[in-house]
Amino acid sequence: MLTVLQYEFMRNAIMAGLLAAVACGIVGVYVVVKRIVFISGGIAHASFGGIGLGYFLGINPILGALFFSLGSGLAMAGITRRTRLPEDTAIGILWAVGMALGVVFIALTPGYAPDLMSYLFGSILTVPFSDVLMMLALVAIIIGVVAALYKEYLILSFDEEYGIAVGMPVEKLYLLLLAMIALTVVVLIQIVGMILVIALLTFPAAMARQFSHNMKTMMLLSVLFGCVFIIGGLWLSYTLRLPSGATIVLFGGVLLAASMGLSRARLRYHERTKAT
Amino acid sequence: MNNRLILELNDISVNYGEVTALEDVSLSVSEHDFLGIIGPNGGGKSTLLKVVLGLIRPQRGSVSVFGQAPEHARSRVGYVSQRSVFDRDFPASVWDVVLMGRYSRAGIMRRYNGQDREAAERALARVGMLEHRGKQIGRLSGGQQQRVFVGRALVAEPELLLLDEPTASIDSTMQTEFYELLEELKNTLTIVMVSHDIGAVSVHVDKIACLNRRMYYHGSRELTPEILEATYQCPVQLIAHGPVPHRVLKEH
Repeated sequence: MLTVLQYEFMRNAIMAGLLAAVACGIVGVYVVVKRIVFISGGIAHASFGGIGLGYFLGINPILGALFFSLGSGLAMAGITRRTRLPEDTAIGILWAVGMALGVVFIALTPGYAPDLMSYLFGSILTVPFSDVLMMLALVAIIIGVVAALYKEYLILSFDEEYGIAVGMPVEKLYLLLLAMIALTVVVLIQIVGMILVIALLTFPAAMARQFSHNMKTMMLLSVLFGCVFIIGGLWLSYTLRLPSGATIVLFGGVLLAASMGLSRARLRYHERTKAT
Repeated sequence: MNNRLILELNDISVNYGEVTALEDVSLSVSEHDFLGIIGPNGGGKSTLLKVVLGLIRPQRGSVSVFGQAPEHARSRVGYVSQRSVFDRDFPASVWDVVLMGRYSRAGIMRRYNGQDREAAERALARVGMLEHRGKQIGRLSGGQQQRVFVGRALVAEPELLLLDEPTASIDSTMQTEFYELLEELKNTLTIVMVSHDIGAVSVHVDKIACLNRRMYYHGSRELTPEILEATYQCPVQLIAHGPVPHRVLKEH
């Protein structure tokens, strides 16, 4: 494994993977605990519109995805708070409209859209260093926001109603949370692709939940599990010659299932020893 | 007992679109009152508490809490909501939850300090939950959770405590224990409790208000069948029962 580190693309891939693990580890805990997995899925898929727009305008598609995922997050919050549309309907609309826009933009772009598959399914091995730097900036923003507003987000995810009652700016904090999810989506697109982003937003946090009842510990564990999934999956895909994004997701899925089985067995063991 | 006025509502009305939730409601609460607000579901009880918290501005009428507009008095008011819905698995301990109550003192983006932690310890001791501080909140019984939520309301050292259906989700033995806790608290606090449990309210509180869109009664806790009938708009039977002064049963 160490010999592969002499390649620049491998070093970039590993840096990108570790940054992605930090982003999805932290934000994923909120996604899982606050149960907004499908809002996050909607934001991820709507970002395809931005990728298409990027091709159409001839700019970096990742930049387009950044604007679209931020915009769809804000639109989602706006629609559910200002209209009578149920939240899951709003998610469905933005999810589909975003993707359809992407398809149309790509069709309108003359010529062939290169690397399209890599945005859909990820291609950690082709992340350029400039994108690693952008990911670093996005991750720094996420860490800064969560460090500054940790206690506010604990209240928001535990009991939004109470937050309103004590005069916390709940709506603004929620918008900011959706914006952080949008940033995370952009970071993760490069690793596993927008279709599989939801896996990295949920698996590490869901696994961390098996081991900790403290939000901070959960975040640390979740980052750690994210690193294991991404680096382990990357190594597996390298040795098995399989697509990296999908291998990362499947590897994470297997570990998550194993940890859930383990904690169930542990629970049953405890109950049995208590009974006797 | 001195009678400093804590809370005053004058002829307030609240509409949600075309639905009138409260109409010409007046209410005054003095220091060390323990007021129970009863009335049918949808009668505007929770809306009234939200007005006091400054979350809903009434279309008509005036509200004053400690002589101030309600949104400025929030740090002096503690609030216990109807049992909050959260995951049993939520990653927060009793300690984490109680500290949340210091938000109104600490303010946004500031960390909890030593003072906040001392206050949290005192509040937990007061509700008898200090020994459970390290436990995950979802692992406690309903009654214990409700104690923690009262602790969370007390931790900001409020002078007025608002309780919204605090016993709705706890079993009856726990309820008695819970009311005993309130009896203790009322020595140092002014309490306003919203409930549809007429029986319990008429035993434990000092004053009663009957609310069903309008205020039907506001005064001492000696209720008459006529008042209840007017409030609930259906026959309600009051029967004397043992040492308990009044017990109320509703007829179908």
